[in-house]
Amino acid sequence: MRTKRGLFAVPYVIWLALFVVIPIVIMLVYSLTVEVETATGTELAGSVENFTGMSLYMGVFGRSFWLALVATLICLLIGYPVAYLMSREGPGFQRVAMALIMLPMWMNFLLRTYSWMAILENNGLLNQLFQKIGVIALYNRLTGSDVEYFQMIRTPGAVVLGMVYNYLPFMILPIYTVLTKLDHRLIEAAQDLGANSSTVFRRVILPLSVSGIVSGVTMVFVPSVSTFAISRLLGGGTQMMLGDLIENQFLGGAYNPHLGAAIAMVMMVIVVICMLVMNHFGDGEGEAVML
Amino acid sequence: MSKELIRLKDVTQVFDGETVLKNVNIYFNDKEFLTLLGPSGCGKTTMLRIIGGFQTPTSGDVYFNGERINDLPPYKRQVNTVFQKYALFPHLNVYDNVAFGLRIPKDAGDGSKEKIKLSKEEIDQRVREMLEVVSLKGFEHRSIASLSGGQQQRVAIARALVNRPKVLLLDEPLGALDMRLRKDMQQELKRIQQQMGITFINVTHDQEEALAMSDTVVVMNEGVIQQIGTPEDLYNEPKNAFVADFIGESNIVDGIMREDKVVEIFNRRFACLDSGFEKDEPVDVVIRPEDVDIVSEAEGQLRGVVTSVTFKGVHYDTIVDFYGFKWLIQTTDYCPVDSHIGIKIDPDGFHVMKKSKYSGMFGDYSSYSEEYDEINDPTIIDEEEAEGAEDED
Ligand SMILES: Nc1ncnc2c1ncn2[C@@H]1O[C@H](COP(=O)(O)OP(=O)(O)O)[C@@H](O)[C@H]1O
Ligand SMILES: [Mg+2]
Repeated sequence: MRTKRGLFAVPYVIWLALFVVIPIVIMLVYSLTVEVETATGTELAGSVENFTGMSLYMGVFGRSFWLALVATLICLLIGYPVAYLMSREGPGFQRVAMALIMLPMWMNFLLRTYSWMAILENNGLLNQLFQKIGVIALYNRLTGSDVEYFQMIRTPGAVVLGMVYNYLPFMILPIYTVLTKLDHRLIEAAQDLGANSSTVFRRVILPLSVSGIVSGVTMVFVPSVSTFAISRLLGGGTQMMLGDLIENQFLGGAYNPHLGAAIAMVMMVIVVICMLVMNHFGDGEGEAVML
Repeated sequence: MSKELIRLKDVTQVFDGETVLKNVNIYFNDKEFLTLLGPSGCGKTTMLRIIGGFQTPTSGDVYFNGERINDLPPYKRQVNTVFQKYALFPHLNVYDNVAFGLRIPKDAGDGSKEKIKLSKEEIDQRVREMLEVVSLKGFEHRSIASLSGGQQQRVAIARALVNRPKVLLLDEPLGALDMRLRKDMQQELKRIQQQMGITFINVTHDQEEALAMSDTVVVMNEGVIQQIGTPEDLYNEPKNAFVADFIGESNIVDGIMREDKVVEIFNRRFACLDSGFEKDEPVDVVIRPEDVDIVSEAEGQLRGVVTSVTFKGVHYDTIVDFYGFKWLIQTTDYCPVDSHIGIKIDPDGFHVMKKSKYSGMFGDYSSYSEEYDEINDPTIIDEEEAEGAEDED
């Protein structure tokens, strides 16, 4: 009986092995080797210098985690209230709101990001608008400066904006799901015991939506920390992040897959540690998202 | 003698064009155990929610201690609720569930802005005290999910009572428990109510439970209060066919009040104790199954044929066909199926009621025998026999 039921897990195990375990093993092998020049050509040799030499990139690590953290916090601050207000509306409103939130996700990711470039550029839509309605003139008058546009693109803010825009739905959805499943009688029970709306929120709604927050934070933080297109397009090369660094090692000019693999390994370990800490606060439901 | 605490005045509740409570007028006394009894969907929960403040009535007023509280939010009312299915907080353990209300600073109640905050020690003492009252000592750190239904229910009671409310509302508190536990908890609830000395407003659709626990029972149907009274009143003096049928078992037949203390059924006159009806007023007559004595056919005031017998332990449920109308008789004498019997009813065995919209809807046991796969044969009694009965009078 047991072995029979175990058979159903076989496809999953094969899948995991093929697409998770084997790639990680390959990465590990890559990261622990370097190419050595010999008389006959290049050879692979075991080495930890990929890791020891990584201190060069501390700045990129720092920026990646910092920008991802900021983007995640902003997503949480926007996403929670949106999810909360949505969950309290009627089913009709909920359906429309959900469609509006999902709508941008039907467009290609790169297309969306290019659009933001067009909006944020120095002579982009936003700056043109500011010029037209006199915001820039006003700014110049107030500060005594003389700018023709606001520098928005190629700033950390633009990268964070791009990440928030792209990943916000991943914050809203899990929180919204948890909130709609929340038993309304628990709220009434809290009111019955003397809790006003703010106490109900603090003592009942918030603690019971922690699992949604953990999922949302995970689903925003992980892609944010490893993003490369957003930082390249909106950061314009000034905001290099880990994703760009790794990409550069595999496909770019700095071609060195061994170093790329090592950076990816370190990033993965840090992310996993972050998630384990997060899950400690949730009640374990977030773990499913992590895998 | 006892003080009025809550009053609903002309309360009507409409949901989506459907009237769920119709013009309800009722008051609740201090220290009373009162039960709202009625079939599912009759508006019991709605009434409780109006008292708790979770529902604002479409029209009408709610008074607490003589003060109109229609617009007072639930968290400001001196009322606590044991919710249907308990609604315990799953993220808190037993102790924290019970302490929930105590940890919230409360208005001093004297109109000042000041809030009363209990000290940690006082909270601890009250929580432990209350856990003892509901026999859950030692369960402080258990998670809610690890408790049985009966234990969860005790936590819900403790969580509500620890706030020392003036009134405890209980919405079908025993509904989710199995039979045995339910019987125990009936006693337990009654004990807790007496120990705390506060008003309990209980909701149930189980008439046995209502009769066993309550000082006062309110029978409801279709959003209308049918009758309010002590369990004895309701059983002995039901106001209409609905109440008579809902409370206990009843045979209900059409009758005519010929004069004070004389009622006619099946064209025969019987002595009874009821008076105050018009002469020749059509009435509903209730005869409880245990008030009928089975005698020999010759001695009987009415004669009939036994169509089914079911052994019930203390007595037999005997279905007897009288002139095409089936009665339930509870008797310790065994009468085999198809035997011809006579019955006698003492004057205090009749209870006469005014005709109501429920007349003719209840109190016939024709379908009863079908439950026992008995063949229902209406042709046994012929015209002659019915006329003969009339002549005898
Ligand atoms: N919030 C509501 N909205 C619409 N209909 C409701 C609502 N609450 C209760 N009802 C309806 O009111 C009727 C009475 O419900 P309820 O008071 O829960 O009955 P009971 O508790 O006696 O079973 C039911 O028909 C129910 O569907
Ligand atoms: Mg109900």
